[in-house]
Amino acid sequence: MSVLVIAEHDNAEIRAATLNTVTAAQQLGDDIHVLVAGADCAAAANVACQISGVTKVHVADAPEYAHDLVENIAPLIQQLAGDFSHVLAPASTYGKNILPRAAALLDVQQISDITEIQSADTFVRPIYAGNAMATVQSTDAIKLITVRTTAFEAAAETGGSATLEEVAATGDTGLSQFVGQELTRSERPELTTAGIIISGGRGMQSSENFAMLERIADKLGAAVGASRAAVDAGYVPNDYQVGQTGKVVAPDLYIAVGISGAIQHLAGMKDSKVIVAINKDEEAPIFQVADFGWAADLFKAIPEFEAALDDAA
Amino acid sequence: MKVLVPVKRVIDANIKVRVKADQSGVELNNVKMAMNPFCEIAVEEAIRMKEAGSVEEIIVVAAGPEKSQETLRTGLAMGADRGVLITSDTPLEPLSVAKLLKAVVEKEGTELVLMGKQAIDGDNNQTGQMLSALLGWSLGTFVSTIECNDGGYKVVREVDGGLESVQLTKPSVITVDLRLNEPRYASLPNIMKAKKKQIDYYTPDDLGVDVTPRVHVLKVVEPPPREAGIMVQSAAELVDKLKNEAKVI
Ligand SMILES: Cc1cc2nc3c(=O)[nH]c(=O)nc-3n(C[C@H](O)[C@H](O)[C@H](O)COP(=O)(O)OP(=O)(O)OC[C@H]3O[C@@H](n4cnc5c(N)ncnc54)[C@H](O)[C@@H]3O)c2cc1C
Ligand SMILES: Nc1ncnc2c1ncn2[C@@H]1O[C@H](COP(=O)(O)O)[C@@H](O)[C@H]1O
Repeated sequence: MSVLVIAEHDNAEIRAATLNTVTAAQQLGDDIHVLVAGADCAAAANVACQISGVTKVHVADAPEYAHDLVENIAPLIQQLAGDFSHVLAPASTYGKNILPRAAALLDVQQISDITEIQSADTFVRPIYAGNAMATVQSTDAIKLITVRTTAFEAAAETGGSATLEEVAATGDTGLSQFVGQELTRSERPELTTAGIIISGGRGMQSSENFAMLERIADKLGAAVGASRAAVDAGYVPNDYQVGQTGKVVAPDLYIAVGISGAIQHLAGMKDSKVIVAINKDEEAPIFQVADFGWAADLFKAIPEFEAALDDAA
Repeated sequence: MKVLVPVKRVIDANIKVRVKADQSGVELNNVKMAMNPFCEIAVEEAIRMKEAGSVEEIIVVAAGPEKSQETLRTGLAMGADRGVLITSDTPLEPLSVAKLLKAVVEKEGTELVLMGKQAIDGDNNQTGQMLSALLGWSLGTFVSTIECNDGGYKVVREVDGGLESVQLTKPSVITVDLRLNEPRYASLPNIMKAKKKQIDYYTPDDLGVDVTPRVHVLKVVEPPPREAGIMVQSAAELVDKLKNEAKVI
């Protein structure tokens, strides 16, 4: 069976989520193709050829594929999909935006956010914020699937030697135009790939106080995340949000500070290997999922934690 | 201009769901139901557009069991003008819902659909994208700001890397994110008034849509529980556990 993976990239580099998606694809077949749709994306296509396990890279290089405009990319996926048993994309905002539009063009019921592949047509996916796991079987001829990247290891970035094939562009629908973007710049690791994450909630009280978490993040090489309440209050940008409707993360270590542990937040982090919770309320639900809980005022605890890290270094 | 707002009836976001013993799904009997929170945000935005004069009529539409009427009434009490209920006892998949919504869009001649980015029961995050494809309209997903202008809508999207602005050409499907607005509560007089607002009923057959499921749910189980952890009393103890026991720092 041939499987098509829709690559997420910035025209130069392939984004990490693509690598996890390739691993999921490898559980479905051994002929793994990758689509790189972009503008001046030859560099990204070449990087994709190196990914271990990839047999062919389709590159659609045209101005209409700049900025990931969904109305232009969905017809391209529709055009290619017929040759594949499965079409996979990461369950990132990129994949969630694009794949359902392609699925409807193909008259396919997409399967979102799979965490396990049981067979070519049977998959496991979380529902109700991860409070239940559904095993579902698709009867569609082609399966369109988004993949929860934390549930699959990343494929090796090198070791592959895929062939490169150019595909004809499908044209500009003119339905939307990119205006601009405000990306959060950070020297720290990305939330979805970080090995350690320290997240703050409403208990942080202000944007300035997040600096306390940032200092610890820098000591540990960690990413900084947040609860919805902290984002809504404007302490940190939207892309920090971890949860059911934000990012799903599963680092080796997740440190929740001043976060109560609402189900919607747990949905995004409860598969972390080790969870630490620091909260002044002993009854906070976050302690029910924490491996190590510390009932303390964070304004006292965080400076002490920072000092203890220095002592142990 | 008429705007269509699809609203879904789901288990209230504050309720902890329970998986049924026979693994056929989650328990819905005697469980508090509510309008999907993202749909509330879409209704609120439509009302604000109407208050600003860019929308004349707001039609809320729900597909599902008869009881979805309650969800429509909630939208009508918030300020929507009319309701459409598509009754179906077959569980509806996003593709089926999108096909039903397309039929309603065509019947009503709406030029804008505002809807939630995600229903918090199935967590599919698909229906708006699918509807936009079936209609051949522009699409803005995960939107936290909408500005009406001559060409259509300038929207700000919440993406993994931050924020992105896109100009959508009318007509459009827009799926809304949490930070677009804060939905209002319906006042008691408005709840009373909503009881008299019109709701039109259809079945999938009336709309010529085949809603046979493509995906079968084989079983639904609880996720594996996390083992209980321990409480620490000091920073030194925490660092020691992380370093020497869990070996994660
Ligand atoms: C549709 C929907 C989607 C949602 N999606 C998400 C999502 O993706 N992600 C998400 O996180 N939430 C989401 N939520 C929101 C979620 O329900 C909670 O409201 C939110 O997670 C609460 O954030 P919090 O824990 O920071 O705030 P709170 O619940 O207010 O908790 C603050 C905590 O800080 C503690 N605290 C306060 N001061 C101190 C101090 N000095 N020292 C130590 N501890 C202190 C308090 O004891 C409390 O436990 C969603 C909700 C809905 C309805
Ligand atoms: N049965 C339904 N009735 C009305 N609207 C729906 C229904 N299912 C989904 N929607 C709409 O589609 C959005 C996204 O849902 P989903 O794709 O299921 O996550 C919801 O917020 C609703 O606006």
